[in-house]
Amino acid sequence: VKRFWLWAPLGVFVVFVLTVAWSLYRPDDRLHPSKMIGQPFPATALAAAASDRPPFAAKTGEARLVNVFASWCVPCIAEARVLGDLAASGVRIDGVAIRDKRADVDRFLAKNGNPYRTIGLDADSSVQIAIGSSGVPETFVVDGKGIIRFQHIGEITPADVDVVLAKLREAR
Amino acid sequence: MTISSFLRGCAASREIAVFTRSREAAKGLRFVRSIMFLALALLGGASPSWADSSMAVAPYANTALADPAKEAEAKALMESVRCLVCQGRSLIRKRIAAGEQPEAIRAYLIRSYGDWVSYKPVFDWATAPLWIAPLLFVMTGLWLARGRFRRRKR
Repeated sequence: VKRFWLWAPLGVFVVFVLTVAWSLYRPDDRLHPSKMIGQPFPATALAAAASDRPPFAAKTGEARLVNVFASWCVPCIAEARVLGDLAASGVRIDGVAIRDKRADVDRFLAKNGNPYRTIGLDADSSVQIAIGSSGVPETFVVDGKGIIRFQHIGEITPADVDVVLAKLREAR
Repeated sequence: MTISSFLRGCAASREIAVFTRSREAAKGLRFVRSIMFLALALLGGASPSWADSSMAVAPYANTALADPAKEAEAKALMESVRCLVCQGRSLIRKRIAAGEQPEAIRAYLIRSYGDWVSYKPVFDWATAPLWIAPLLFVMTGLWLARGRFRRRKR
């Protein structure tokens, strides 16, 4: 028994070192997924962000993608083409423009294409914060009942399309 | 100092250089100009005009609340909550102004983003060892010290 107590401190120390080493070398996860997955999309009314699209539809009754974007966001330009292809294949995409101005959104859409059915202007990021989004672009899969089913952080690249479409199909 | 006025300054010094006949003078000017370029680049880099954008600034993002007590509440919460989308401060001020309790706003933010968003550590199963381990160490230390003192007394 005495011998055990002699070795115990060393044992504690080894456990400590192993824990620290494991935490240090574990791959760092810098993405912070929204905690709102499985929760209803907030019913906040957003004004129209573009001149030729109605204000954001908070309820649709059909599964859709909600794309959080901004005219000042560079990756959103790269994403616009992918979203355009998705919209052309019949996917419903609604947009939320973060901290934007209508003239800027109009210019952005005229230049990069407009895949959105409705676009809401989230001038003070209140909806963005309510859905737990921490940047642009982000895309949420929202089912027909308005429940958030999936969150894609960052732009949707052609490589991500299959996953997003699968999640959308699951939400239908 | 804006970029355009900086460029204009460069153009002006180039004109001077063109009109200077002596090569030595031109060389000196070039040196002065490069020093000026450095200084201006540094100045320009530090000036807010570079950060100016057409981005809509969220209301309350950079304005304090009129009520100092409420502003203090908002500030205290902002300092213990992660900068969400860097304009998240406006949301905090708006909610404080609407009479919401800071802890209720924190709970709202945690609901959206998880514990990660709050700098105030919570007590739950994952963090329990962090809270309890120091107590255990102190207790073990006291127990060991007690054993030592007893032996010495004898």
